[in-house]
Amino acid sequence: MKTFKIGGVHPRENKITAGQPITVAPLPQQAVILLSQHIGAPAQCIVEKGDSVKVGTLLAKANGFVSANIHSPVSGTIAKIDTVADGSGYQKPAIYINVEGDEWNESIDRSEELIKECNLDAQAIIDKIDQMGIVGIGGATFPTKVKLMPPPNMKPEVLIINAVECEPYLTNDHALMMAKADQIIVGIEILMKAVRVERTFIGIEANKPDAIELFKQKTQNRKDIEVVSLQCRYPQGGEKQLIDAVIGRQVASGALPVSTGAIVQNVATAHAVYEAVQKNKPLIERVVTVTGKSLARPGNYLARMGMPISQLIEVAGGMPQDTGKIVLGGPMMGRATANIDTPTGKGTSGILVIPESEAHRHEPSPCIRCAKCVSACPMGLEPYLLSKAVAIGNLEIAEERNIYDCIECGCCSYSCPAHRPLLDYIRQGKGKVMAIMRSRAAEKK
Amino acid sequence: MNKLIVSPSPHTHSGLSTAQCMYGVLIALIPTFLISIYFFGIDALLVTTTAVIACLLFEFLIQKYLLKKAPTLGDGTAILTGVLLAFNLPASIPLWIVVIGALFAIGVGKMAFGGLGNNIFNPALAGRIFLLISFPQQMTTWPTPAPWGASVDAVTGPTTLNILKRGNIEEIANIDVINTLIGNSGGSFGEVGAIALIIGFVYLLWRKIITWHIPVSIILTVFLFSFAVTIKEGLEYAIIFAELQIFSGGLLLGAIFMATDYVTSPMTRGGMILYGILIGIITVVIRLWGAYPEGMSFAIFIMNGATPLINKYMKPKRFGEVVKHG
Repeated sequence: MKTFKIGGVHPRENKITAGQPITVAPLPQQAVILLSQHIGAPAQCIVEKGDSVKVGTLLAKANGFVSANIHSPVSGTIAKIDTVADGSGYQKPAIYINVEGDEWNESIDRSEELIKECNLDAQAIIDKIDQMGIVGIGGATFPTKVKLMPPPNMKPEVLIINAVECEPYLTNDHALMMAKADQIIVGIEILMKAVRVERTFIGIEANKPDAIELFKQKTQNRKDIEVVSLQCRYPQGGEKQLIDAVIGRQVASGALPVSTGAIVQNVATAHAVYEAVQKNKPLIERVVTVTGKSLARPGNYLARMGMPISQLIEVAGGMPQDTGKIVLGGPMMGRATANIDTPTGKGTSGILVIPESEAHRHEPSPCIRCAKCVSACPMGLEPYLLSKAVAIGNLEIAEERNIYDCIECGCCSYSCPAHRPLLDYIRQGKGKVMAIMRSRAAEKK
Repeated sequence: MNKLIVSPSPHTHSGLSTAQCMYGVLIALIPTFLISIYFFGIDALLVTTTAVIACLLFEFLIQKYLLKKAPTLGDGTAILTGVLLAFNLPASIPLWIVVIGALFAIGVGKMAFGGLGNNIFNPALAGRIFLLISFPQQMTTWPTPAPWGASVDAVTGPTTLNILKRGNIEEIANIDVINTLIGNSGGSFGEVGAIALIIGFVYLLWRKIITWHIPVSIILTVFLFSFAVTIKEGLEYAIIFAELQIFSGGLLLGAIFMATDYVTSPMTRGGMILYGILIGIITVVIRLWGAYPEGMSFAIFIMNGATPLINKYMKPKRFGEVVKHG
């Protein structure tokens, strides 16, 4: 079975919500819409206090090329335009909407009917995706239209659909694939048309045999879409690792992934593209895996954006007594938050409630040079050396040993028997080294 | 509800700890320990116990009273140093010499460099080499093995390596390879049971505590090198000679348990293979042309010193280094 070539680990999967269908979460009483739910510039608010909005009303416009539109996920009245603490604890601009009923914009097709035909040309598709505020909802939240418009000197050859879901606990993509296979396939066809490629690979890890089976069956009579089952290995869902696993090409350091000829899109993004292009539906809701060993009703919930995470945890059975940590995303790359009022956004793939007993880090002991971090690093770096270099402030060594290649997957810290916080140091050093490199480049100009 | 904890990712861990790695190595040494008690009796047990207790004691005293840190005896590293030191000694060695070896191993080999993770040389090996130079007679007096330790009063006999060193072809052809495999031959009591050591190797690989790179490159190099230098005496003899080089002396114990010491061996696969090949070459050179019959300890010791240099130049293969498009 295929997988990527360098490093990687296989954490305990803990997919306790696997096989659970999608449950629709109730609407919140007040939705809080962050203006930055994507990578890039925050969107620019175009509504005012007191305005009444419907589901799908444009609330904020993309502010620049790398930015995205934000639409109202609820109907009601704008209560205020203020700030809210996001997952990292910083106060960020947000729109508060008091929810009244559930009235949708008439332009949105809410029927279940599958629309296969798409008569738009490539540019029109990309415009539509842009307009509907679609971003990569696998977690990185990079505006999708930007990825669909590669630099003119790079010609995409294949589309790779990321249905890997290598993070432990998360099953939101899996649930969506089981429920919306036909829609996803139409979404893939639209994406293929948008980037003018003739071939698509859908990469799925072997721990989802039902999804592999379903998609093989749905694509069995066609040559342009192929399902590739992949060995379970983290971080296979990383863009670079997935391209390597599926087509055996490695993105050069510092280069765009599309330089390999592959454009990668998450499977849930493909579904969002279907809804945007065929149903006129902006990105206003998504499947969120609310999970944890102590939760009463862990599950895959279809939730509108802007719902405070505390309310989603309520839906999943309430905050367990023994809660020690709450993570937005999966346990390997997710972000821990102390603020349970923070709202979900386009990139919220999961809410992981970790019990107190598993929430603490162990005391680090000296590095015994077991080389497990070197073997685990999927980028072929030397985490023990980089973390030491950063700790003693020697950024020259860190740069010379390619600290900027780090994808922050966490395999090093995960595998360190001395429990050393390798990635903490590397993340810090990487930021500094990249700043130095940027200022050096600026000086040259 | 409790206070929520916030820390950077990852929020999960493999669960493997330093102590588990060390105890894993100790478990892998159990077959060797049992076979050495069978052939060398209570002496093997006494030497091992003395070495372990002495290593733990010195580690405790130095950490607590000299470094004024909380002692970390629970990580298993001092126990492992004790066991490996003991396994590299003759069963008949006076116990007070064992204590001196332990003091050197822990005090100089490990703590003087800053403790766990900072030492350049394998502490057990440092202890053994110190004893070999300081007490050459006691360190090279090997009791003849006998089932259930009947050898206590037996005369000391030559080791396989002594015979190989003398180079008498007839004498070498008479060595029973089977005896070297099961441990029924003279030598340090932890190094004679080839099969038991290999069982430990398989266990270490299975638990993923070590990788194959260092042991296999050492063993292959020693085989090929000793085969190449004796091939002029005939094929059959060269094979027996090369085989005996592997199954005798501290080669397997060294290759599997000493050279693979995390702290003192290289970090990359390529580095490990280079390190193994060089250990193999140095070992055979000392065994065949040096003053000592055994070269394994010295070879590992020398290469321990070269490890930082290997780490500097042998880098792992980077992602995207070789960009294949086509």
